[in-house]
Amino acid sequence: MIELLRQMELIRAFEEMAEQLYVRGLIHGTMHLSIGQEACAVGAIAALEPRDFILSTHRGHGHCIAKGADVRRMMAEFMGKETGYCRGRGGSMHIADVEGGNLGANGIVAGGLPIAAGVGLSLKMQGRREICMAFFGDGAANEGAFHEALNSAAIWRLPIVFFCENNQYAMSMSVREAFPGIDISARAAAYNIPGITIDGNDLLAVYDAVSVAAQRARAGHGPTLIEAKTYRWRGHSKSDRNLYRTQEEIEQWKARDPIARFRRLLIDEGILDAGRAAELTQAVKAEIAEAVAFAEASPEPDPASMEDEVYA
Amino acid sequence: MTAYVQSTPTGTPPATRELSYAEAIREALRQEMRRDPRVFLLGEDIGVYGGAFGVTGDLVHEFGKERVRDTPISEQAIAGMAIGAAITGLRPVAEIQFSDFITLSADQLVNQAAKMRFMFGGKISVPLVLRTPAGSGTGAAAQHSQSLEAWFAHIPGLKVVVPATPHDAKGLLIAAIRDPNPVIVFEHKLLYRTKGPVPEALYAEPLGQALVRRPGKHLTIIAYSVMVGRALAAAEHIAQEGIDAEVIDVRTLRPLDEATLVASVCKTGRVLIVHEAVRTGGFGGEIAARLAESEAFDFLDAPIRRLAGREVPIPYNRTLERSAVPQVEDIVAAARALAQE
Repeated sequence: MIELLRQMELIRAFEEMAEQLYVRGLIHGTMHLSIGQEACAVGAIAALEPRDFILSTHRGHGHCIAKGADVRRMMAEFMGKETGYCRGRGGSMHIADVEGGNLGANGIVAGGLPIAAGVGLSLKMQGRREICMAFFGDGAANEGAFHEALNSAAIWRLPIVFFCENNQYAMSMSVREAFPGIDISARAAAYNIPGITIDGNDLLAVYDAVSVAAQRARAGHGPTLIEAKTYRWRGHSKSDRNLYRTQEEIEQWKARDPIARFRRLLIDEGILDAGRAAELTQAVKAEIAEAVAFAEASPEPDPASMEDEVYA
Repeated sequence: MTAYVQSTPTGTPPATRELSYAEAIREALRQEMRRDPRVFLLGEDIGVYGGAFGVTGDLVHEFGKERVRDTPISEQAIAGMAIGAAITGLRPVAEIQFSDFITLSADQLVNQAAKMRFMFGGKISVPLVLRTPAGSGTGAAAQHSQSLEAWFAHIPGLKVVVPATPHDAKGLLIAAIRDPNPVIVFEHKLLYRTKGPVPEALYAEPLGQALVRRPGKHLTIIAYSVMVGRALAAAEHIAQEGIDAEVIDVRTLRPLDEATLVASVCKTGRVLIVHEAVRTGGFGGEIAARLAESEAFDFLDAPIRRLAGREVPIPYNRTLERSAVPQVEDIVAAARALAQE
């Protein structure tokens, strides 16, 4: 339990640092922060086995860390360094940790869902025990790829958990406007698979829902669609001026911070005391500081080697 | 390397017999599936139906519905599932029923399959094959007749194969299946029923090696897919007029065997590039540019010429359809004019 809190804090600290480094010009391009959504990543992945696979999204830093990635190599990737997970070729939107079972973030909304169906198909055809979890956002649920992937997974009962992080906005498009007044999980009915909507800011609710879905997938009963209602505190990306939502709304969701909530729970249950909690936060900050130092000290990739990874 | 003869396995002459292009593809699939349990097929109507063009035939009876998997009409999922399977230990051969429908798979091919290895720093490979029938001539009109190969040849990370003969359809497909990268094989619909010698043995033709199908000295005709046969027929025709044309089959657009093309043009001094796809943005433009940038430029006795499809969607009417893409008589006329320049 304490480890789950530590992972959420690590994600938060990592992203806050990444944001600072972006402002300071040490990270370029764009980035999509999942601050406020940490319970989804940590709760969902905690319910998997280490050898299970995930596919992630363009807002995937949390998934990557929760799947066990080394934050030093992640930070190095953000800075475009040779020591990064993708040797500086991918950046934050394309991080993968293949050995760790993370088959990659994805810059295309819903782009990972058909691939997840293929991973599930492959695992089933090989008689393997692992399952695959596909993360996606509410925006992805309106892409054709979502429907093609869910249908294929459903007809063949593939071992997949479709995990929708409904953070209320597809860039600026509100779920209130983008969906015809239904929960996203209701779409599961069209594919004759279980669909469930949960509080995505409640780590234990996420863990429980995914545990049930994972067990179902592993037992050969096919996929589940989980919709976790959560909220991203920051804008869509670094260009976002938040013109489409109010400060009041953001503050309301901040009051439901999944990290503070879980920390309070652990303290109330006597699992953690305030002193230990403070130590934990300090240790996480030190780990992130070390990651930044590692990344800054790492070499730039050599342009002469650039074509080497295009083909195997 | 310049290969002036069709490459064959070493040792004793292999047993060959006449097979159609479609049968040769099916034999490649059957032999590779027998050899490698990781190979499986997925696509629309490839099972009991046998494929829209009969290519997969009865394979489902030998390998079952798991390994010859009929899919819903979901082109994006077909391509995406091939990727997912490829990165977790299998060797998928996906079929897109008409190459026109590849537009629906484009994200998975262009943004996912092609880039995955690079984006992930070389830590993954995507050994998938996507087979798809291309080209006009069947009266199927504008949405079932296009030649889109240049789109995909444009993308680093993909390989693009355009076989012209039954022999190559088998050998290049086997190479594609064994290749650790995503490979798109454009099969021309008019070639499916053409016959030619095909060895019984398993053999892989190297990707990235063009062939001189007909040696000649007065000009070079560079072609691929269905245009290779038309170019050869045209070459025989003009040979009667004393014009000796060399015909080169490009075979794979990416990787491109530039050396064989350059060597031929250095020898003949004249070049006509022929393809069915429209000229604008067609692959012939790439070949022309590569030749112009090479040492062949100094040997040119006439400007590089292209003969391509007209700038129209493929029409329904048979006369119009025929007129929309190069025919033997068009190649004859273009080659004759070039020889006299």
